Amino acid sequence: MNGVNSGDTAWLIVATALVLMMTPALAFFYGGMVRRKNLLSTLNLSFIVMGLISIQWILFGYSLAFGPNLGGFIGSLKYAGFSGVGAAPMAAYAPTVPHIGFASYQMMFAIITPALITGAFVERVKFKTFLVFVLLWATIVYDPVAHWVWGVGGWLRNMGALDFAGGTVVHVLAGFSALAFAMVIGARKGFGKSTMEPVAIPYTVLGAGLLWMGWFGFNGGSAFAANGLAFTAILNTNTAAAAACLVWMLLSWRFDHRPSVLGIATGAVVGLVAITPAAGFVAPWAAIIIGGFAAFFSYYAIGFVRKRNLDESLDVFACHGIGGTWGALATGLFASKAINPAGANGLFYGNPKQLLIQAAAVGAAIGFGFVVTYGLAKVLNWTMGLRVSENAEEVGLDISEHGERAFA
Amino acid sequence: MTKKIEAIIREEKLNDVKEALRNIGIVGMNVSEVRGHGRQGGIELTGRAGTYQVDLLPKIQLNIILSDHNVDETIDTICGAADTNRPGDGIIFVYPVEEVVRIRTKERGKMALSYEDDIDSRTDEIEDSAAAT
Repeated sequence: MNGVNSGDTAWLIVATALVLMMTPALAFFYGGMVRRKNLLSTLNLSFIVMGLISIQWILFGYSLAFGPNLGGFIGSLKYAGFSGVGAAPMAAYAPTVPHIGFASYQMMFAIITPALITGAFVERVKFKTFLVFVLLWATIVYDPVAHWVWGVGGWLRNMGALDFAGGTVVHVLAGFSALAFAMVIGARKGFGKSTMEPVAIPYTVLGAGLLWMGWFGFNGGSAFAANGLAFTAILNTNTAAAAACLVWMLLSWRFDHRPSVLGIATGAVVGLVAITPAAGFVAPWAAIIIGGFAAFFSYYAIGFVRKRNLDESLDVFACHGIGGTWGALATGLFASKAINPAGANGLFYGNPKQLLIQAAAVGAAIGFGFVVTYGLAKVLNWTMGLRVSENAEEVGLDISEHGERAFA
Repeated sequence: MTKKIEAIIREEKLNDVKEALRNIGIVGMNVSEVRGHGRQGGIELTGRAGTYQVDLLPKIQLNIILSDHNVDETIDTICGAADTNRPGDGIIFVYPVEEVVRIRTKERGKMALSYEDDIDSRTDEIEDSAAAT
């Protein structure tokens, strides 16, 4: 076919699978941290998104995000039903792989982003309302913002915002949406009073390990080619994860008396979050700094949110919102055209303007994500109710929402 | 008179206590996993950013049914093996038992509790050999 490179395509197929795997990995990352009575429910919140968004994306999600531009804000429905999304490349996005490949790969990002938000409202959300929320949020929050940053004609893309693999589109958006939702749904019963011990930290560690590996597809695949840039992204990804997990280990050791394994696993994830927008634009030494500081910022952000007595249960805002914001801004500092000529130079390479562009893009995503999610949560709370009943919450969602036990 | 000993000990001391009891002829017992605390009040665990208190800690409860006259020796043996001289070593409760029945043979009372080379057979041997000399 015209311009299709089989090496690039083969890599993108693998990357698509790696990113898909990140969603069940996330399910376990989250599941390990909740109480036993909510383990299944928590796993399922991530898992079911694979079902919902796989369909939504094909029917209209992809088109809204990447379809022909309408006003810089959203795509048209030209590709609804994946019509016209075939074997020939869409040169504007990925010139050497089939369009259907690009679109399928992007689906995996659209899936994991709402799954990230679930950490904010575990152990109390009503499943029915959750299903409606995911479909609406994906359509009115994710798809537009993806269009702004990545879509041809998107206003942030036109402004020159750099987001290699979704620091803004995925992590900042999910993080601040999580914050908004948590503010509406309210705290779990007993939050702040009773100890809510994680049921199985091994699940979280396993999840983090699989996320680390999957992220090679998340960032490496975003090169849309099997080349040096893909490896640059992968190396930066690995480096940032390593730096962040070491920093978190040290922080935990110093301030919490002993190094928390849960913290070490979390640290790795936070580093991965922060490098996501920068992976294909920065040098490896910059990845160390980006990852290291991400751990620092997120560690303190967790404490900050807790002190405000907000039950954003699994710290999605602290890890993805803050981590992603730092990563997006850091891209504006460390980006170098020597690494990727298709990118731009950041502040440390003589172009301070890029930092302002990054800030504007992050600000737009934060503002839009937070406000729309807050409103959506309010409306759903009013019409359907966000929470299960008090009794159901005490018994646990596994029994009350699913009629199942995690362990016999 | 039959008694029940409930001995709540550290999890990691179970093997030492079992061995010590086996050496004096107490083998029959069952073990439950419990959580609890006495004056200790729990411990501080590390979270991912900060620490948290867990007040009910895992312990092992040994349940031993035995004749009245063996209670003191058994208690001394348990204490000897389970003691680490730190808070959280545990506590022992003694209760009266109304009846004991061995399911396989329907034996009751002292017969239901006895078996070859148990604590009472050793005492009997010592008495027999003392009587013989």
